Amino acid sequence: MSGLLAYISRRLGVMILILLAVSFTVYLIFSFLPYDPASLTCGKNCADPEIIAANRIRLGYDKPFYEQYWVFLVGLFAGRTYGEGQAEIFCAAPSFGYSFQQNSCVTDLVGNAIPVTISLAIGSLILWLVMGVGLGVVAAKFRGKIWDTLSTAFVLVGTSLPTFLTGLILIVFFVIKAPWSPFPPGGYTAPDVDIVGWFLSLVLPWITLAFAYAAIYTRFVRSQILEISTEDYIRTARAKGLSEGVVLGKHTMRAALAPIVTMAGLDFAGLLGGAILTEAIFNLPGMGRLSLNAVVDIDLPIIVATTILAATIVVVMNAILDIVYAFIDPRVRV
Amino acid sequence: MALLSVRDLRVQFATPDGIVDAVSGVSFDLKEGETLAIVGESGSGKSVTNLAYMGLLPKTRTTITGSVVLKTEDGEVDLIGMSVEDLRKIRGKDVAMIFQDPMSALHPYYSIGDQLIEAHQAHNEVAKEVSRDRAIELLALVGVANPDERLKAYPHQFSGGMRQRVMIAMALMNNPKVLIADEPTTALDVTVQAQILKLLRDIQAKFKMAVILITHDLGVVAGAADRVNVMYGGRLVESASVNDLYENPLMPYTVGLLDSIPRMDQGHGKRLRAIPGQPPSLIQLGSGCAFAARCSRKSELPNGKCETSPELKAVSAGHLVRCHLYDSKESVK
Repeated sequence: MSGLLAYISRRLGVMILILLAVSFTVYLIFSFLPYDPASLTCGKNCADPEIIAANRIRLGYDKPFYEQYWVFLVGLFAGRTYGEGQAEIFCAAPSFGYSFQQNSCVTDLVGNAIPVTISLAIGSLILWLVMGVGLGVVAAKFRGKIWDTLSTAFVLVGTSLPTFLTGLILIVFFVIKAPWSPFPPGGYTAPDVDIVGWFLSLVLPWITLAFAYAAIYTRFVRSQILEISTEDYIRTARAKGLSEGVVLGKHTMRAALAPIVTMAGLDFAGLLGGAILTEAIFNLPGMGRLSLNAVVDIDLPIIVATTILAATIVVVMNAILDIVYAFIDPRVRV
Repeated sequence: MALLSVRDLRVQFATPDGIVDAVSGVSFDLKEGETLAIVGESGSGKSVTNLAYMGLLPKTRTTITGSVVLKTEDGEVDLIGMSVEDLRKIRGKDVAMIFQDPMSALHPYYSIGDQLIEAHQAHNEVAKEVSRDRAIELLALVGVANPDERLKAYPHQFSGGMRQRVMIAMALMNNPKVLIADEPTTALDVTVQAQILKLLRDIQAKFKMAVILITHDLGVVAGAADRVNVMYGGRLVESASVNDLYENPLMPYTVGLLDSIPRMDQGHGKRLRAIPGQPPSLIQLGSGCAFAARCSRKSELPNGKCETSPELKAVSAGHLVRCHLYDSKESVK
């Protein structure tokens, strides 16, 4: 067990180093974009050079980027004050900056968007895992039979249909042409306001996202199972007289668990950064829409924050997966 | 009546290149308590023969015919054509198997305790503790130190030889009457090979099992087997008691196999001889003698003789050979 603890702490240490490198790189890239962050602070049509110059100094954009990065890091842990006197605005830790276009601390904007994206991601993850793993197992078990062919057809349709088309089809058939339908055409209801409304507002987005992923997972799970079925230890399991159910459900699935968990973890992490298309179609105010609007408006503080966050989620998920791996695969615990 | 009686076993695989006749009409008997070695090179059908009647070949695109009658507590049963569930009850109970590479044959994610206990639980409705005690008892028997502790260990924490001992313990969990050992020492170091072979002999005596030892190594056979079946091209080509075979090998293939292993009793400086050529493709093997192309004594036979397939026949008591050289009794030296 001490080996496992050492492994976990080592992995967490590496993760912190990676996070620093990621945030620094993102900050560096955005410092060299051909946009002047100071001139973006006073609205789109602002042309008064004095105000811009004053803002540049007030917000520290006149400093070299590594100093700006340091202030950014400090802000993450201690919060940060923008402006002085009457115009003073304080963004509490963890402060990701201030959006002058939205007149809001970036952290607050992200804080509003994240629950939406988490709701979307978790729901569709459950849905696509159930569908993908279920169909993949069925397809592998009945390889070459009608069920396998049907699942192949599903895979083909699922991987070919882009999410914006799936989403629009669902809206047409389950909202516009179905007046009896309980689903809203779009928008988001917070679960603490109306839990049923929350659920109904997410059913179609869940299906839209899950459909595409389920197809990929069906194919992946099928090929994993077929590959593992040829392993010597599966022959051993049969040779000792275990039933086909135990051979498939226990020995084969146990070996397939690691790759499936890895793939699901990374896809889930990717979604937490924002499902841009799905959120746009269903008008969900999540991370994807926040990023999309920020890019359209060239709202740099938000873009920096969402980029770092998306990268952070992937890095953290990788660390979590490595730790989970140690529980799944005894050979990793060295 | 033999314990296991294989009659005219045929195994065909459908492949994109054509039908592969992996086993073409093999018949043999396994008596209680005896060790039968099945010898042959890769692709001779020695493994497939045994995997076939154990139901361990992929079901799709495989055709198995013939009969394999096993004596069980409930009388004689034919393993070919048996239902999946009935055959499952025999696997690991009446007939157990160990395989070539004990690393890949043990599940990497389960502790060896889990895997041993599971083998017992599959055939016995007893409390887990009973199976656990049985596992400890057998691990000790096969020479694993601190069996109680080692139950929690995973396969990768064992050496190759120890893993094979674990596999043997697992095979013994249900007191099988037949143990099929498929190249049990091939993946092991030479020093460990000897230990495992000795262990196999010891447990065979203790458990009064019959053993089918599948190997390509005639050196392994010499010390371990009672009878030897030599296979070539999916057929049995020679069958004899181990002493008879080593003293008087008949089929040129058997002679070639024996010439290709070093022997203590044949002085230094003597070069080992290889059998020229490659094993035949098992797709459209044709009607002639499968070994003809590589046969060193082909010239002794009349022209065209090798285009016909020789029959397996007895040339002396208990010594069978499939070879045109022994078509008439006179040719037996």
